[in-house]
Amino acid sequence: MQASRLKTAVALAAAAALAVGASGCAKSDRDDEGGSGAKSGGTFVFAGAGDPKNFDPIFNDDGESFRPIRQMYDTLVQNKPGTAELQGALAESWEHDPDGKVWTFKLRKGVKFHDGTDFNAAAVCFNFDRWFNMKGAAAQSQMIYYSDTFGGFAKNEAEGVGQPVYNKCEAKDDGTAVVTMNQYKGAFPGAFALTALSIASPEALKKYDADTVKQNGDSFEYSAFANEHPVGTGPFKFAGWDKTKGEITLERNADYWGEKAKVDKLVLKIIKDENTRKQELRAGTVQGIDFPAPADRKALAGEGYQVLDRPAFNILYLGINQKNPKLKDLRVRQAIAYALNRQQLVQTKGPGGTKVADEFMPDTVLGYAQDVQKYDYNPEKAKQLLKEAGAEKLTLNFYYPTDVSRPYMPNPQEIFTVLANDLKAVGITVNGVARPWNGGYKDDVQQFGKHDLHLLGWTGDYNDPGNFVGTFFGREKVEFGDQGMTEMFEAIAKADGTVDEAGKKAAWEQVNRDIATKWLPAVPVWHAPPAIVVTKDVKGLVASPLTDERFNTVSVG
Amino acid sequence: MLRVIVRRLLQLVVTLIGLSALVFVWLRNLPGGPIEALLGERATPERRALLVKALGYDQPILVQYAKFMQRLLTGDFGNSIRSGDPVTEVIGRAFPATVELAAAAMIIAIGLGVPLGYLAARHRGRLLDNLSIGGTLLGISIPIFFLGYLLKDVFTQNMHMFPPSGRISTGMDNTDITGFFVLDGLLTREFDATGDALWHLILPAITLATIPLAVVVRITRASVLDVLNEDFVRTAEAKGLRHKTIRGRHILRNALLPVVTTIGLQTGALLSGAVLTERVYNWGGLGTLIYDSISGGRDYPVLQALILLAALVFVLVNLLVDLSYAFIDPRVRVR
Repeated sequence: MQASRLKTAVALAAAAALAVGASGCAKSDRDDEGGSGAKSGGTFVFAGAGDPKNFDPIFNDDGESFRPIRQMYDTLVQNKPGTAELQGALAESWEHDPDGKVWTFKLRKGVKFHDGTDFNAAAVCFNFDRWFNMKGAAAQSQMIYYSDTFGGFAKNEAEGVGQPVYNKCEAKDDGTAVVTMNQYKGAFPGAFALTALSIASPEALKKYDADTVKQNGDSFEYSAFANEHPVGTGPFKFAGWDKTKGEITLERNADYWGEKAKVDKLVLKIIKDENTRKQELRAGTVQGIDFPAPADRKALAGEGYQVLDRPAFNILYLGINQKNPKLKDLRVRQAIAYALNRQQLVQTKGPGGTKVADEFMPDTVLGYAQDVQKYDYNPEKAKQLLKEAGAEKLTLNFYYPTDVSRPYMPNPQEIFTVLANDLKAVGITVNGVARPWNGGYKDDVQQFGKHDLHLLGWTGDYNDPGNFVGTFFGREKVEFGDQGMTEMFEAIAKADGTVDEAGKKAAWEQVNRDIATKWLPAVPVWHAPPAIVVTKDVKGLVASPLTDERFNTVSVG
Repeated sequence: MLRVIVRRLLQLVVTLIGLSALVFVWLRNLPGGPIEALLGERATPERRALLVKALGYDQPILVQYAKFMQRLLTGDFGNSIRSGDPVTEVIGRAFPATVELAAAAMIIAIGLGVPLGYLAARHRGRLLDNLSIGGTLLGISIPIFFLGYLLKDVFTQNMHMFPPSGRISTGMDNTDITGFFVLDGLLTREFDATGDALWHLILPAITLATIPLAVVVRITRASVLDVLNEDFVRTAEAKGLRHKTIRGRHILRNALLPVVTTIGLQTGALLSGAVLTERVYNWGGLGTLIYDSISGGRDYPVLQALILLAALVFVLVNLLVDLSYAFIDPRVRVR
């Protein structure tokens, strides 16, 4: 096929040449990666689903930006391939004092940034200090993960942030960095593995003015570092970002400290339409795609493609808004939970490998309780509870999003339809309200609380219950209208602040039990494993629950 | 003539200023928006407040608009909210892609449509006529999305004749001068790039061409039928003029006026068709940009500029149509 395409291309080229009256022939000095898309043995082309924002890790919070960033940078601590467990990366080991406030990192020796400068404790501290001292509302508003983990900055632009978690970073010697916090947080050490907290070259950060996020009218402009000169220590170096073609090209870093990349070149293509990604895969123009449509998985596997399931590290839940007085009654919320046939939903609408969720976090996370109360499908019990609560004539506005496919919710409309029918079956009147994901859905749900029920979820960032349960239920939220569930907030804060591992585990287990029996602010629906698909001849790609795939282990052909 | 042009251009400026105000207010009153998209699932009230402040949405809308106009007068359209790239750069990247696609579609529509329409009129009521009428019905009524996927399925997935998407093959090391890949290849004599770009262009161009093609066929046919009944055609035939002369000078020249108008009007339709076509073929032009800027979180600066650009193109095309009238029809010139 390639040959015939080449021939046609040449024929067309010749025709074009004649047409313009030019005499000449096609350039013959192309390398083997030219031609009409001919594959070289040393290139891996992978298609993602959206444009990255930029390549300065700290200013990003979405998977499409993190995909290239993960190849170019390293973090102090990283996730073991294919799991959410931690292992050393730029730091070979780490420890904290009994209070959980002073973190000492023993750093890997002999590591260099892509610009040839040394990675050492001073570089680590430069990064930590850079984040903490970042100025301006524009820059701070884009540091979502930093705010999540470290609370605040040296000078906060936002209101009501409270005391920052970060205090200082000292380079004891070249190989030892000591980071001191003002308080212990359960997020650590897991959060040190966040892609947003990747370590960048101080020289390059300074040279390319990385801290300047210019505000221009109602938008921001990022630095040359973020757009054209990202410099980390990772297995691939930045080679170019062709925005016209939607292609990011990375080259093998021959001096990488870890397992050196097997391919010479990595091309990340942006193809927004899931159907088109699949077709490009079949046409052989790309060797891997992310986010296949759930319906295509079987077909692709049948055609011999490798469909790699990421272990599910997410949760879809049915949110309940207690602004509605009827829903303030725990029995009504329990009735809703009993009314849902989640097992059937998983079987009919879930991607292969989807599991019914009983808690708001995957069972691989510390603090998952094996003995929580389960709400197995029981329509009779649901009706009985509604009767007891005097809510037999219940009418609910059920909001669901359109124009979106999230890893935990690939098909919101179908999920809504099934769940709404379950609720109708126990006598609840359901008004379905569809809103575009970026056209009012999240605003209506999270800001205005217009709904009674809604679908939302989360993909975890690191292995910590606070990242799941704490994010959802750790504070008052319009989303749940749960004004005044102080007992729950306090229990979560206490569990999150427990330093010793055994105590922490026990505290979180109790939180999960109480959520199921006493509070039930929402109903957990499922954990769905998102897939990644590669051609037969791709080897060494390890699917990660955190979508933390590193392509240095990948070989093609 | 010059007076007409100047007057029309002045009207254009006024129109654009009025439109910019309307669009500015309208966009900001749509549900959802960039804040919602930027925050994703991680929205907290504090974070929302900080972003509102950072983007200046906390100021009165009149103040926001005044600042926008102030920047606009210096040629600054702002930056895309998502990527942070200047809007002019974002649109500059997408514009050639769409023009290339639309031009190819128009070449197909006119190159095929005018002869087909003419032939259908000349063979009125016969098989060829019925076929072309049926074909145009199909062309107008078939949804672009469906046709795009159908063509793609047949020609890329089953027959492997064409690439499924994109404008040029991955790894094609072409020099980007104008952004028109077909043209660039010719300019730099990288003919393999030209061939490859043409190769990628064929299916999307056919997909986008179906509606204008159908319209051109129909209008040409109707218009030629009108002209055929005119006295001067009969006179010309009676005079025993050569067939070619009658066809060119008498029939087509007179019949083409409404066709030219239609082609002008089709520009708008082309742009809306391009949104769907580009989506199917991952084309990366203005259509893709419009779609992404709306569904990807209301990128106000990009959308504002795109709507103004569309209006500008629309008005300019109409002006061109009027001027070409004068060219084709001497009666207009006299007025």
